[in-house]
Amino acid sequence: MAKITAGVATSHVPAIGAALDLGKSGEPYWKPIFDGYDKSKKWMAEAKPDVVILVYNDHGTAFALDVVPTFALGVTDIYPPADEGWGPRPVPNVHGHVELSRHLAESLILDEFDLAIINEMAVDHGLTVPLSLMCGQPEAWPFKVIPLAVNVVQYPPPTGRRCFKLGQAIRKAVESFDEELNVVVMGTGGMSHQLHGERAGMINKEWDNQFLDDLSGDVQRLVQLDHVEYMRETGAEGIEMVMWLIMRGALNENVKEVYRFYHVPGSNTAIGNIILENS
Amino acid sequence: MRKPREYDDIPGTYVFDYERSHRGYHLNMFGMSLLKPENREAFLADEEAYLKKFPMTEEQRQSVLNRDWLGMIKLGGNIYYTSKIGATLGHSFQYIAGEMCGMSQEDYADMMIKGGRNPEGNRSVSEKY
Ligand SMILES: [Fe+2]
Repeated sequence: MAKITAGVATSHVPAIGAALDLGKSGEPYWKPIFDGYDKSKKWMAEAKPDVVILVYNDHGTAFALDVVPTFALGVTDIYPPADEGWGPRPVPNVHGHVELSRHLAESLILDEFDLAIINEMAVDHGLTVPLSLMCGQPEAWPFKVIPLAVNVVQYPPPTGRRCFKLGQAIRKAVESFDEELNVVVMGTGGMSHQLHGERAGMINKEWDNQFLDDLSGDVQRLVQLDHVEYMRETGAEGIEMVMWLIMRGALNENVKEVYRFYHVPGSNTAIGNIILENS
Repeated sequence: MRKPREYDDIPGTYVFDYERSHRGYHLNMFGMSLLKPENREAFLADEEAYLKKFPMTEEQRQSVLNRDWLGMIKLGGNIYYTSKIGATLGHSFQYIAGEMCGMSQEDYADMMIKGGRNPEGNRSVSEKY
């Protein structure tokens, strides 16, 4: 039987990918960030997941505004890195786990989560930067990846509660897949950031750290947060954090926090990273 | 008429709701088109001619020609799309961010290094906190 063993959340700032790709990770501005992820990389190398279900959002790359799926699941075997206007990142192709992704699509839709289905897609920094942060620069990614794209660009995104429930349904679906697989769920995006308007650059450290605390301490408080609270307190684009609740919903009620890292700034954003193991 | 929303009370923020999305659709899809290198070349070669291909308003067109980054947002632009215009023109994201809040790129970058904009007083217009 497949089993979800842990969840990881991380920011997915594009400039971090660019810094790594251009060999700037040792520079004083970037070094503290990459150092902060050293423990996470070690953890990931030891956890050795077979499959990562990676929750992220596309930023006007594979999807534009013509069609806006709220939740879209990748069910194919290969996802190339996208050209976001500077040529594709020099990172390996992302390989899917077709059988598990088909099983997820079928189970989740029959469980009344009306997903859109993706058969062909290039993946932007939202997906590849978390892989780089957690795995470094390998020749090939060390696990299969199932992308779950969430709309957080066009308001309103799905609610935090809906995201949490989708996570719970993902767990049920994974546990009904009869192949021995070690599955890790990643939630990405956040933390505080506002990228537009006169309020650009707002960061709320206190709020972010309470959010990190409550992922293990009081997840019911987080599930109840509404969109206005995220936008008001953490910046309009901080609303990406609803995606972390999909990851959290896929874990046990009780989890153990095994690592946390928080740093300001990564370009315009508060960088957050947390690892939670099922206890 | 658009009914007032709770999030209208957040200062300096233009939530990309359906109304703004509809208003800015062609402006944003113009930004999207710049993901292709041949379109970037065509735009840089003759901005006005390239902009005419998209049925946006004259005001939106002018905001692009004038590099009015905050104006684009107010006219329905979404930052993930307007930043593609910025990238095509060789601007870093922090330059555009600085422009939108009336700061030089250096001052904006410095503010971020010092921990970012303080949320104190920046969360609610009506309740001033
Ligand atoms: Fe994002």
